[in-house]
Amino acid sequence: MGKTREELYKEREGRVLDAIALKKPDRVPVVLETSYFPARYTGINFDVAWNDYERWLEITKRTIEDFGPDMVHTSSYTPGNVFEILDMKTLKWPGHGLGPEFSHQYVEGEYMKVDEYDLLIDDPSDFLLRIIVPRSYGAMEPFNRLPPLPSLLIGHYGIAVLAELLATPPISSAIETLQRVGREMAALRPKLRAFIGEIDRLGFPQYATASLHAPFDVISDRFRGMKGSMLDMYRKPDELLAAIDRLLPIQVKSGMIMAKAIGNTRVFVPLHRGSAEFMSDKQFRTFYWPTLKKLILAFVDAGLTPCVFFEGDYTARLEYLLELPQGKVLAQLDTTDIFKAKKVLKDHLCIRGNVPSSLLQVGTVQQVKDYCQKLIDEVGNDGGFIMSPRSSIDEVRPENLMAMVEFTKDYGVYR
Amino acid sequence: MTDKLINLMADIKEEQTLAMVKELIADGTNPMDILEDARSAMEVVGKRFERGEYFIPDLMMAGEILRGISDIVKPLLESDGRGTKKGKVLIGTVAGDIHDIGKDIVTFMVDVSGYEVLDLGIDVPVETFVEKTKEFEPQVVGLSGFLTLAFDSMKKTVEALEQAGLRDSIKIMIGGGQIDDEVRKYVRADAYGKDAVAAVNLCREWIKS
Repeated sequence: MGKTREELYKEREGRVLDAIALKKPDRVPVVLETSYFPARYTGINFDVAWNDYERWLEITKRTIEDFGPDMVHTSSYTPGNVFEILDMKTLKWPGHGLGPEFSHQYVEGEYMKVDEYDLLIDDPSDFLLRIIVPRSYGAMEPFNRLPPLPSLLIGHYGIAVLAELLATPPISSAIETLQRVGREMAALRPKLRAFIGEIDRLGFPQYATASLHAPFDVISDRFRGMKGSMLDMYRKPDELLAAIDRLLPIQVKSGMIMAKAIGNTRVFVPLHRGSAEFMSDKQFRTFYWPTLKKLILAFVDAGLTPCVFFEGDYTARLEYLLELPQGKVLAQLDTTDIFKAKKVLKDHLCIRGNVPSSLLQVGTVQQVKDYCQKLIDEVGNDGGFIMSPRSSIDEVRPENLMAMVEFTKDYGVYR
Repeated sequence: MTDKLINLMADIKEEQTLAMVKELIADGTNPMDILEDARSAMEVVGKRFERGEYFIPDLMMAGEILRGISDIVKPLLESDGRGTKKGKVLIGTVAGDIHDIGKDIVTFMVDVSGYEVLDLGIDVPVETFVEKTKEFEPQVVGLSGFLTLAFDSMKKTVEALEQAGLRDSIKIMIGGGQIDDEVRKYVRADAYGKDAVAAVNLCREWIKS
């Protein structure tokens, strides 16, 4: 007597939700972030995720069904042609700036200059439209010719001047490019929307679809670059802090809008520069943690479940996590000492993690099982734990990943 | 007097350090002595990093101060002021990976520690590593990679160096976010380092003058 896909969906989601709420499900749940693994698994190049919707959906579904996790974090189809038209400078993707067998990567740079903090702080929308967008997309460069927008939009005559500017050749051609992209997107929209539904219908709930960032990371990843943001801690600390404060409500609002639009209360918050590899405890509590904490609390207040990926080593920062509300946040760990984390976070936060990529990629099935056993025994013994790889599974050996899933389903049963 | 300069720079006091350098120059101090102090200060910074007192922002800022000092002092030097180097180190981020942050910090730290560094950049093809190893004749080759795809690129690079008959004349170190001893064995590198100071220490261990 098999269960229906709907029943399985509910069962799987319930397992994960129980773990997040620090309850003991029937067994340790398994979450997979599939990323480019479907391509690796089926023996094709990664560029399929950017240029062949049907194929990408098909192999993503096949991978999920074959591995059968309780929850899946998929990479939706990304239309590479759209970003090509926009001449996106900030990203290289398989088949565009990188070999078709490699995963996409951000091109970090100093997209915002050191003396532009005032522009960001005074008016983020204007700053984004006239400064960041023109530098991030070649096709949008003409937008840097516009004057500050508020100067045009108060009073009755300004709108006519704005229209005049928008009709000038370089800007009007940028607008035509945008419209072309818009038409491409509109044509794709039914498919992009269908992707999530297709996975749902298989009976597999999805982890989180909206992705939001710690305000410091927005500055460091997207605007100033790592070097710029870190030198600013010394040379421009007040401006850096003011900019971080300014970005907080923007990130909060974006998260709420996206979560609502997608209809998933779990929001993904991947952290980049807050770990002990990057900054000191003092730098963390000055520039990173206060606004990150406010972001997480705002999501919890709005009824959302922040799923925070603590990339890097947070072993020395575990005490901070006790400031987050009990059972309302998922802490996904990377190289943090997960066994120590359990001791600190026990009865407070659910932990997701952390089978090393090195084991999954170059280890043996037995080594994977041994590590999973240790995780289940020591971290998962009384609930509040979700089994998952430590980081990307793009290059892992399928048999090792399968061993992780199967072993957990078998050995991870709570008796 | 020089201790004061070393301490100011080691404490990452940019303005005060540069002001003092200008004063020392005005007073007729030998620019080579100032550069020597700056190197000593960088050693202190490295030690503090190793002890977990300093982090990446502090390393980067110390680098900026060093650059500031060089800008003031170098025009006054007859030679390039670099003196003899302790050895040669070839560095690059392996094929398919375009991350440069970790590699740049390693390059910088190895350079200021007195080694001649050739940085091949990012997404470096296997053949380029082989070709440049032949040309540059380094004692140490450093392979950097942040992504898990780098494991295989590193492995291929090491294999190509073996096939070119270059493996015995070099030591290979690897580093990056997901690198550990399992990966080191898989790649068949001689060692992995968890940060830039570890890389410097490996160079010191391998290149005995």
